[in-house]
Parts: sequence; C-alpha cells; structure tokens
Amino acid sequence: MTLELLGITVLGIFLFGYVIIGSIDFGAGFYSTYSDWAGKKHMIHRVIQRYLSPVWEVTNVFLVFFFVGIVGFFPKTAYYYGTALLIPGSVSIILLAIRGSYYAFSNYGAPDRKLYSVLYGITGVLIPASLTTVLTISEGGFITVEGDKVTLQLGELLTNPYSWSVVMLAFVSVLFISASFLTYYANKANDLKAQTLLRKYALLWSAPSILSALVVMYMLRFQNPIHFERMIEIGWLFVLSFICFIVAVYFIYKGIHFGWAFLAVVMQYAFAFFAYGFSHYPYLLYPYLTIYDGFTNETMAKALVVVFILGLCVLIPSLYLLMKLFLFNHDYVKGQK
Amino acid sequence: MFEYDAATYSRLLTSLTLAFHIIFATIGVGVPLMIALAHWIGLKKNDEHYLLLARRWMRGFVITVAVGVVTGTAIGLQLSLLWPKFMEIAGQVIGLPLFMETFAFFIEAIFLGIYIYTWDRFKNPFKHFLLIIPVVIGASMSAFFITTVNAFMNTPQGFVLENGVITDIQPLVAMFNPATPTKVAHVLSSAYMTSAFVLAAIAAYKILRGNKHVYYKKALHLTMVAAFVFSCATAIIGDFSGKFLAEYQPEKLAAAEWHFETKGNAPLILYGTLNEDMEVENGIEIPYALSILAHGVPSGEVKGLLEFPEDERPPLYIHYLFDLMVTIGMALTALSFIYLMLKRFATRFAYHKALMGFTVLSAPLAILAIEFGWIFAEVGRQPWILRGYMKTVEGATTSEHVGLMLVVFIIVYILLAIGSIIVLRKLFKENPVEKELLES
Repeated sequence: MTLELLGITVLGIFLFGYVIIGSIDFGAGFYSTYSDWAGKKHMIHRVIQRYLSPVWEVTNVFLVFFFVGIVGFFPKTAYYYGTALLIPGSVSIILLAIRGSYYAFSNYGAPDRKLYSVLYGITGVLIPASLTTVLTISEGGFITVEGDKVTLQLGELLTNPYSWSVVMLAFVSVLFISASFLTYYANKANDLKAQTLLRKYALLWSAPSILSALVVMYMLRFQNPIHFERMIEIGWLFVLSFICFIVAVYFIYKGIHFGWAFLAVVMQYAFAFFAYGFSHYPYLLYPYLTIYDGFTNETMAKALVVVFILGLCVLIPSLYLLMKLFLFNHDYVKGQK
Repeated sequence: MFEYDAATYSRLLTSLTLAFHIIFATIGVGVPLMIALAHWIGLKKNDEHYLLLARRWMRGFVITVAVGVVTGTAIGLQLSLLWPKFMEIAGQVIGLPLFMETFAFFIEAIFLGIYIYTWDRFKNPFKHFLLIIPVVIGASMSAFFITTVNAFMNTPQGFVLENGVITDIQPLVAMFNPATPTKVAHVLSSAYMTSAFVLAAIAAYKILRGNKHVYYKKALHLTMVAAFVFSCATAIIGDFSGKFLAEYQPEKLAAAEWHFETKGNAPLILYGTLNEDMEVENGIEIPYALSILAHGVPSGEVKGLLEFPEDERPPLYIHYLFDLMVTIGMALTALSFIYLMLKRFATRFAYHKALMGFTVLSAPLAILAIEFGWIFAEVGRQPWILRGYMKTVEGATTSEHVGLMLVVFIIVYILLAIGSIIVLRKLFKENPVEKELLES
C-alpha cells in the first residue's frame, strides 16, 4: 500500500467514525428537542442525556482530527477547499459553536431553558446538512479555477438538485442512525417507554434513508458520470449495504437483538461510505486534485503515520475505558450511578 | 469607506477569533492544574473543603471548556479558510505538531468526561483523582504543540524554499525551532499564573462581600501561593524571551523598545510618546536595562530598528503592549508577594479590603496581560506570516466574502460571551457554597 493510500484510508476511517458518532449525537439533539416540543420529553429525555453527557466533547474531536489530518496528509486541500469553502465552512463553524456551547450551557448551567434546547436541536440537523457541502463540491462542477484564484459557485451549489439530494440523505440518515442506536441504549436501560418510542422513530426513518440514497445515486449520474460508472462497477458493495439494512429493519421491527440491529446499521453505512469513497478514488476534488498530486512530502507522511500509530496506542485504551464506564456499564446506563 | 482587501479582513477575523479563544484556552490550560492541586490536597489532608473546591471549579470549568472547544474548532478551520496558501506550506512542514495536538485534545476530552461523571463511583478516591492527571497533561500538551506551530512562524526552519517549491523537510527541526523553548515555557507559566489569579479573584470577591467561611480563606491561600510561584516563573522566562528576541528577532525587540540606533549600554524605556523626529518624550528611562534584558550585561550591543528595511519593520505601537504586559506582570507578582508576607507575619491584615479589592482586579488584569502579550508577539512579527519567507498578505485567501464573515463572527462571539457570563453567574448564585457544605 502506498503512503497516499494509507493516508486517505486513515482519514476515511476517522471520517466514518465521525459520521456514526456525530449522527447519534446530532439526531439525539433533534429528538431531545422534538420530544420537548411534542410533550414527550419525560419519555426519552433522560436516556438521551445519560448517553450524551460524558461523550459530547469527544464527538467534536473526531471532526477536528479529520480536518487537521487532511491538511497534514494533503496540504493542497487547504489551498483548494480552504479558498472555496469560506462561506459554507464558516456556517458550519457557527452552527458547531452554537451547538457545543449551548449544550454545555443548558446541561451544566441553566437547565430547562427552552431557547437553548431549541438552538441545540435545530443546529443538530443543520450541521450535517452544511457539512455535506464538502462532499457535493468534491464531485466537481462547483468550483472555478482561474490562475491562482479559486472561486466557489455558491448560486450554482444552492440551486443544484444533486446538492439538495445529498442534504436530504444526510438529514434522514442522521435520524435513522441515531434512533436505532438510542433504541438499543434505551433497551439496555430497561426503559420500555423510551424504547418503544425510539423504535417507532427508527422504523419511520428507515424507508426514507434508503430512498434518499437511491436518489443521490441517480442524481450523481448527471453530476459526475465517471464516478457513477465506477460506482456501478462495485455495485455488489451497495447490495451488501442493502442486505444489512434489511437485517437491521427486521430486528428493530421484531423488537429483538437491538445491538445487532445497530451493528447492521453501522455496516450498512460502512459499505455505502467506503464504496462511495473508493469509487471516487483517486480524486479529492474532481478534476483538480487527486490524492497523488496533493500529497505531502514523504518525510512528513512517515512522521504522521508514526505519530498516528503512537496516538492510537493511547487513544484506543482511553476510548475503551470511556465506553466501559458509561456505554457498557449496566449500572450507569440504568441510572443507578 | 475602506477598499475591500481580503488580507486585511482575514487578519481582523483571525485576531478576533484568537483574542476570544485565548481567554478560554488560557483558563483551559491552567484550571485543570488548579483543580488537581485542590483535589490532591483535599485527599491528603482529608479536608472536605478542598474537595468541594475542586468540584465547584470543575463545574464552572465545563462551561469554559465548551466555549474553548468551539472557538478552538473555529480557529482550526479558519486557518485553512482564511490562510490557504500559508497552510499549504505549513501543512507540509508543521503538520506534525498540529496532528499531535488533536491527540492531546482527544485525551483531554475523554478523561474530562470520565472525571466529571465518576465522582463517588470509586471506592478508592485516589483512583478517581488519577483521572484528572490525563486532563492536566492533555491540556498542557495541546498548548505545547500548538505553541510550537506559532514558534515556527516566528523562526521558521527545517525546510528549504526555492521558487515556491519546498524541499528537504525535517519535521522535528521545524518543531523544535529556536523560538520553541521560551514561547512554550512562557505560554504555560502565564496560563497557570492567570488561572490562579482568576480563581483567587473569586475567593477574594466572596471575602470582600463579607462571607466569613474558612472555605474562602483556604481557596484564597491555595490560589495565591500558586499565583506567586507561577508569576515568578513567568517573569524569569520573560527575561529569557528577551534574550531570545535579541538574537533571533531583533526587529521585534527594537520596535517594542523604540530602540532605533544600534548601540551598547542601551536603556529601557517605559511608556512615553514619540515625536515627529522619532524621538522619545515623557518616557521613564532605566539605564542599561535593555542591554541587560537582551544580553545579560550592561554593555551588550542591541540592534536598532533602523538596521532593517522600512517594509520589514513591525508597527511601533507594540511598545505600549509590551510595557503594559510587563507592568501588569510585575504588579501581580507584587500583589501575591504582599499577600504571602501578610499571611505569614501579620495575618490580621491578610484579608484587608484594599488587598482583596486588588485581588479581584487581578483576574481581568491577568487576562488583559495575556491579550497584550499575544498581540505584541503577533503584531511584532509583521509584515511576516513566516518570518523571512512569506509576507502576511501573500498567505491570505482571495475570497470576496471575508468582510461579511467578520460581521457574522462578531455577533456569534458576543452571543457566546453573554451566554457564558449569564450561565456561570447563575450556576454559582443558585448553588452557594454554604448550601453545599450543609448538604454534604
């Protein structure tokens, strides 16, 4: 494996990590606000808070890791994406700022403030939408490069059906992933009321998530035919993804094996995510930037890989401890600690 | 009124974000250490008051961490958004510490969550104490790594740049550049110092308001001792920084001191004004002090600003920033020293109203000193973004919307500031110490 491929794989794994734990987090925020608004707060609020409180900060670091890592491994992305993404990037920063700080404000400072809760919930669905801009732009057609000036065609981006279909996919996926995880978590907590409600949400968002994925694929055919063809070539990965989806929905519908159901959801998105990424290879930004011409020098790449491995040696046990103490600790989950 | 210039707006927006972030970052680096100290003393002495102190500081700390994390994420992204050409180079040379910083941040975030939610969960309280240690280390390590990046911008090395092409890169040489030791040491000690004064100010405020509980006196004593130790460390390191500047960035030192002609036996000028002929008026002159600051001997020759081409000189107003930073540092060192002397030899004056009043003021003053110090350090390397390699204007984005973003971020930071103040006040007002002590 070349260093370039190793670099993008590492970043891909972390991005996928962010997609999953970020989705749980964003969706949980949305459900928390929605339940408050719909008068169902007493049913699921507690389960959500118990999960979120110790981990909210960690979620953010996955994102930071990704964008620092990509500038480290592929410094040219800073040049292209940095210049083009000023507005969408700033929008994401602002939404993240509102969300992070207001979460802390309402949970540690002034509980039950309606305003905080609404801000928190709304940003939860807007952030994934704003972050998808990067994915859309990477398909090409939204950036013009003249000399050394890179410009984003913001109007084009906002009126393009492909970009909206990606936003739609992000929105429903967040709600689906989150609900299927929270169902599992509520079930572990023996909280039947929360489990029943969250199970309903999971089933409700399952069909839209798969439909919007199909829409995105259909739209990609016009946006970037080359990419689309490559995706068809590895179509079996999408079939695997679909099978995982069926398994997940079956378990959730039957009300059994919630842990396996959530794992199936993760696998569903993993297959789709890596199939999408692999077929996009070698482009980071079509057609201007591939992972080969944007790669950092060899010395730095090797240093980054070494640090990455050392970092993982500290990170994995720490994450394991975190999960052991909160996620998989029966007494904590049930609210006895 | 102004002609649009992306570089100017990018500089304004970056300064704004950093100036806001640095308040929370400083607290984020220093406060975990203070929490650990209080926690440790509480366990050692089996004193409930110190344990409660640790717990209450931690509660407030969570709020500041949240704002620190989001503004830190903002500056992390803004570096690429506002300075794409600079980051293209920096990514190749200094990507390593940036990357390591995220690992330090990861560890801090994970263990902070665990530490907060496991009070009372361990049978052996020392096990719980151990969880704060990775938080302290993570916080200080991220300050360390990120400061090496800034140090690199001041004294870039570890690469060769020819016709826009970078070769011969040595990541560790870039990271451990000449500016790294003094910068890192100064950043860490001043963050510990500032956090100690911020926490001392809270205790002093309560004492000033007439709260007599011994809890506040313990809090004041712990923080003031720490404040004194770190103030002395900061002053000593500050002296090393002067010697570093004289050797590696003489134009910054010369501009800070309004030292125009190269000469030995150079005096240090405090405050004052410049007339049209560039002569200093109304300043306080301390003979030989600049030579001593720069070289350790009164006869040391200090390079003057006139030796540098006009378009490579930093603006002269940084003189005031340098003076204000040093003045505040000295005054705060004296303050903590006076407290310690009184406490030791005349305890009944140790809580005198005037002393408590100054201690309350020490918090905003210490934070102002941090801001002045950073503005001095950053403006002092203008016009360079990478000293000797790339001018600031060459690194900036070409986007046409930076002005709009500046306005939007001003609003966001105002909201965050108001939110933090309201929440922190509420958090402690509604849950006074006296009540918590009764409950336990």
